[in-house]
Amino acid sequence: MSPPVPSKILTDDVSLLMVLIDSNPHFWSSIKPHFSFSKFLSHVLAFLNSILLLNQLNQVVVIATGINSCGYVFDSSSGSVSQRAESLLPKLEEFAENDESLSERDDDSGNGVGSSLLSGSLSMALCYIQRVFRSGPLHPQPRIICLHGSPDGPGQYVAIMNSIFSAQRSMVPIDSCVIGIQHSAFLQQASYITGGVYLKPQQLDGLFQYLATVFATDLHSRNFLQLPKPVGVDFRASCFCHKNTIDMGFICSVCLSIFCKHQKKCSTCGSIFGQAQTRDPSASQQRK
Amino acid sequence: MADKQQQVVVKRARHKSSVKDPGTPGVLKMTKDRFTFMANDPSSPVKLNVEFRTIKGHKFTKDGTKQALLNLTQDQGGNYIFEFENFPDRNVCKDFVASAIALSGEAGRTVPEKSAVPIQDEQLSAAEMERRIKLLQEDSDLQKLHKQFVIGGILSEAEFWATRKKLLEQNYSRRPKQRVALKNDMWSTKPLADGQIFAEKPAVRQAYLNFVPNKMTEKEFWTKYSRAEYLHSTKNVIAAAAEAAEDEELAVFLKQDDMLVNEARKKIRQVDPTLDMEADEGDDYMHLPIQDHGLPRNDNKDVLDSQYEPYRRSFSQHLNQHAAVVLQGRVIDVELGDTRSVAEALARTKHAELAKDASDVYLDKERLERISRMTEIEDLQAPRDPAVAPLSIKDPRDYFDSQQANAFSTLGDTVSGAKQLKCSVSTREAYCSLKECISEIKFQGLTEPTINSEVAFKVLNGLAQNISSNKYHLGRNPNESILDSLPKITREELLLHWSSIQELLKHFWSSYPITTKYLLTKATKLKDAMSQIYPKLQEIKESVQSDLRHQVSLLVQPMLQALDAAFAHYDADVQNRSARSGERPNGF
Repeated sequence: MSPPVPSKILTDDVSLLMVLIDSNPHFWSSIKPHFSFSKFLSHVLAFLNSILLLNQLNQVVVIATGINSCGYVFDSSSGSVSQRAESLLPKLEEFAENDESLSERDDDSGNGVGSSLLSGSLSMALCYIQRVFRSGPLHPQPRIICLHGSPDGPGQYVAIMNSIFSAQRSMVPIDSCVIGIQHSAFLQQASYITGGVYLKPQQLDGLFQYLATVFATDLHSRNFLQLPKPVGVDFRASCFCHKNTIDMGFICSVCLSIFCKHQKKCSTCGSIFGQAQTRDPSASQQRK
Repeated sequence: MADKQQQVVVKRARHKSSVKDPGTPGVLKMTKDRFTFMANDPSSPVKLNVEFRTIKGHKFTKDGTKQALLNLTQDQGGNYIFEFENFPDRNVCKDFVASAIALSGEAGRTVPEKSAVPIQDEQLSAAEMERRIKLLQEDSDLQKLHKQFVIGGILSEAEFWATRKKLLEQNYSRRPKQRVALKNDMWSTKPLADGQIFAEKPAVRQAYLNFVPNKMTEKEFWTKYSRAEYLHSTKNVIAAAAEAAEDEELAVFLKQDDMLVNEARKKIRQVDPTLDMEADEGDDYMHLPIQDHGLPRNDNKDVLDSQYEPYRRSFSQHLNQHAAVVLQGRVIDVELGDTRSVAEALARTKHAELAKDASDVYLDKERLERISRMTEIEDLQAPRDPAVAPLSIKDPRDYFDSQQANAFSTLGDTVSGAKQLKCSVSTREAYCSLKECISEIKFQGLTEPTINSEVAFKVLNGLAQNISSNKYHLGRNPNESILDSLPKITREELLLHWSSIQELLKHFWSSYPITTKYLLTKATKLKDAMSQIYPKLQEIKESVQSDLRHQVSLLVQPMLQALDAAFAHYDADVQNRSARSGERPNGF
């Protein structure tokens, strides 16, 4: 960790930016004709360098989100001299190797694109931020930006919602830039709940411009800048038993876990639901 | 409802003084707040002009009987009977009267109506009733809901308030904190019954309690007090000292008030040392031409001997103490007649305050914490926990606003969305291409330029348009929504329906699974209320102008869907129930 900074230099607009890069190989090969990973990387690296140029004390940390693992691939404050973003490339290559070795020998051809471990990288980002919080009273203002394209994995619903709520509690906004084909309900909720910006760029070859215009703004400036707002948020939840997205279901009155069918026992907290009469979880409607 | 379309009802009728009376033919005209009856015959004495406020109820004969009668009853027992030519006429008037009575009853006297309505399943204290009534008077939305459901008989009082306990508690703690002040009368020498002298001069109060009636009568006490005041007014300190030496009791009045001094010390200690009071020119006392706040200075101050010190009284001290007492207001709430009881009451209050301060360790701790925070030495501080946002329950209105775009998306959408991405290569190949991309950049470096200028321009334009169109639709204020662009009536109706639906659905879903007859009747009642609102929503959708129709239907759609789901559940449950009850006689 860098040495504590005297307050005179730590101005309002110093930020700690945690960037979560989607490194799902299936997603990148499926999107290949429109946008390649190398073009994506060049936009992102230029963006990271500009963030580091905006303020001497800005920090950038990059976390790669794979399908079997997540890892830190860049930390601008490590080492004695602030590093340029290009130094993330060898680490990223290593990460991809590692991720590949963790995948099973299945060939998976013809299947839909699987989801990447967004919940894992969100948790890692939040842990890093907590460490920064505890390092002293003076620290840059942290925020998280997810450059994500893989579809939402309903199996990660619980973990992602938990990370979103901890981000909300620590007042860390989660910005989302969705480069995939469809919107991501998880990231919409994340940005809505934590007060971040959600954007799905229309033109992917102008990605750098989107990043520089919308996502480079620090938290202090956001008080007086107009940033794009999404029209609506998809608040649907997935049930805990089958991970299906549901509109109407049952909720355990003890721990608020969601189920699509009537159950005898709550799988999360273990409360026993009585025979249809007395202690059933009240049937509740989830608004669309 | 009839009254929405008809502000005035005019019908031919006969006014009867009793049922058997043939009655005087005339014209009955009813508006929202009164009705008038004019007889056809101008010479007839029957002319009525009655406000609905005075009408308490209405009775009527059944459709199909001999006479179509409508009887409007008053509180004091008077009534007005009208006979109509036919039943439809009478029914129109009957409905109008019903709504008019309800309207005027609610507008005029909310308090007695509310207290009459609750069917007491629960024991309510008067304070609780008061709180509820007050809450209803303050919040008109809540009042509307209450009127609609509780007075409409759909929900009971207990059920309505069951989920609003927090609101009631909040209201309770907001009691008025103002108190009546004392008269600002410095120079009155009469010992006033409000104990102002006792409030200003605690030593006098103490002396009064000690001396009267043991050592002297009240008259003597006040004589001595007046003598002391006289001596002070002469500013003859030496004479004062001399008399004090002779008369012990007088000395008490002449000496400086120790109790005041203690109080002052206490007050100083309570001043917040972390308060940042920056001095400016206005605070410059030193260079004022007149010292001592405009009071002429006594230049012979230093000449006196130390033995005379206790007998000196400063005018500014007196002024300050007087001001403090006036601002504090009446410390004792009750008007007490007797001087002695006033003195005792004041003494008690002061004691209570002292005791409270002494035991107020928490206050002290808080002060110390605050001081340490302001004057902290950074190196010596322990690591502090990071700031956290407190838990909060979101306003359901926020969800209402942000659901607009999702109104038409159904479950089918997500399924179709997932189908769009297909990965046709094996995992290994996918990883390979990923790694190739990375190496490509490593060796070739970033593309130059990073972004094409035309593309950048297009992106900027697109973003600007997006933001400004959002602003146009959502308004300057980010909290405004499509709702605000609707005509006021529509908006009010929509919001009213939405909050009613919320309330009904809340109670509806909580009554499942149905185990008792009470729950069954409750669910049925709620379902009926909801089916009444359903067509109203459809109406709103159709009645709005065509350019707003799409937006309104987006808003209304989630409400309709929610109602549909409730109805479906109710019907399924009813079917199950009847199937089960159909089985039973066979089963046994």
